[in-house]
Amino acid sequence: MTSDQGFPRGRSVIVGAATYGIGNCPGVSAVDMAAKASLLALADAGIALSEVDALYTSAPYEALGGMELAEYLGLTPRITDCNRTGGSAFEVYVQQAALALEAGLINCALIAYGSNPASNPPPGVGMTRQSPWEAPYRPLAPISSYALATNRHMHLYGTTREQLAQVAVAARQWAQLNPEAAMRDPLSVEDVLKARMVSDPLTARDCCLFNDGAAAVVMVRADRAKDCAGAPVHVLGAAHAVTHREISSMPDLTVTGAAISGPQAFAQAGVGPADMDVVMLYDAFTITPILFLEDLGFCPKGEGGRFVSDGHIAPGGGLAVNTNGGGLSCVHPGMYGLFLLVEATRQLRGEAGDRQVRDARLAVAHGNGGVLSSEATVVLGTADTL
Amino acid sequence: MSAMIQPEAEWRAHLAQGRFMLQRSRSTGGHVFYPRIAQPGTGADDLEWVEASGAGTIHAVTVVRKKDPADSYSVVLVDLAEGPRLMSRVDGIAVDEVKIGMAVRASIISEGDKPLLVFVPA
Repeated sequence: MTSDQGFPRGRSVIVGAATYGIGNCPGVSAVDMAAKASLLALADAGIALSEVDALYTSAPYEALGGMELAEYLGLTPRITDCNRTGGSAFEVYVQQAALALEAGLINCALIAYGSNPASNPPPGVGMTRQSPWEAPYRPLAPISSYALATNRHMHLYGTTREQLAQVAVAARQWAQLNPEAAMRDPLSVEDVLKARMVSDPLTARDCCLFNDGAAAVVMVRADRAKDCAGAPVHVLGAAHAVTHREISSMPDLTVTGAAISGPQAFAQAGVGPADMDVVMLYDAFTITPILFLEDLGFCPKGEGGRFVSDGHIAPGGGLAVNTNGGGLSCVHPGMYGLFLLVEATRQLRGEAGDRQVRDARLAVAHGNGGVLSSEATVVLGTADTL
Repeated sequence: MSAMIQPEAEWRAHLAQGRFMLQRSRSTGGHVFYPRIAQPGTGADDLEWVEASGAGTIHAVTVVRKKDPADSYSVVLVDLAEGPRLMSRVDGIAVDEVKIGMAVRASIISEGDKPLLVFVPA
């Protein structure tokens, strides 16, 4: 079935997924890590490296990273993309690869990322320049921007610091079920509230990790997946919206582009938020899952803080959110979006071990980039959801 | 071909002379900040410089916390009376007293030998 929403529903699939070096990966370069994850994902799929004819990567320190990884792997891709929509780039890649596969332009897409800022700190401040209209006021990048959105959400909707802390605590409880997660010590609401205040109202424990990690996924057309090693995970919908670059230009501090990309992706998929078994939301800061739960339609605008309370998104709660432990407790090497897709794939394949969501058939992976600037939503499903 | 305006350079030149300027489109009447070569959304390029009233309201606030509390400072988004929103700082009041909805007015100070647009309680 092809939907009338501009997307070839279910016709492309993720057939391989891998992570590598999560937490600490010293002594190698970012491209070494991306290449390692790529080979693991291809092995997972049972597809030879030589079959890859499209390469999508967002290198952390190299603006021309697409060419860098193509050269490293010895590929001559028909599509080489190194898009700069921050952590959302990988959800955008799924959308673009699905369209290129459907058109027949390519046959096998590799989406890869590696970064080790914890063990191999980059020499400079990264590839992005500071806005001349914001830099003189010395906001901490990017936390102060997210703090401003949080302040506005608290003011309008009565969201509390305790509710924000619940997001971090739920992530930690999921991480404790994931042997790969970097942070598995117990964490309480009080721990989050008492942590060092960085940019009001966000403490150090409201912020994601900044550690090492690599990931990759492999995509092919659904008919090709019959010959692959693992169960295919179908791409049912994928949509993207960019609303601004800097926080001072965000149209509404409490409504993100997820309110555009989410409904479009769900319409493509022919399913809705209530149908989701697994919900992977980019948690750069504790406010972001709250905003995305609202904007994607899991609860009304303003209700996100109450929605995440009482363990509702923790293991055993009403909705399985960020089952790998998220950027808050598992991994966040700068651009986290690909890890959302890997975890959703593992859940839909039933490979998630102690944190496995029973009978998971449908998942949403929502990526965020910049300062709530770029929002991309991917809806995934098992073969029986077609 | 007429010469292209130089949005940031012209704005900073005005600021150095003690004037906080906005752009306004002659055709749409809409105000623009930060300065650019055309109005966002419409593409109208008939922009002229107009002096801002300086009146604004705090839209959101955060405080960047330093080890010495005296070094902590506010970072705010201000809604200007003319419509645009911008990032700035509120001086002349304790950082913890800056709240959403507070009326503020623009003030041009010198910081690091450069003019800087900040806001103070109205």
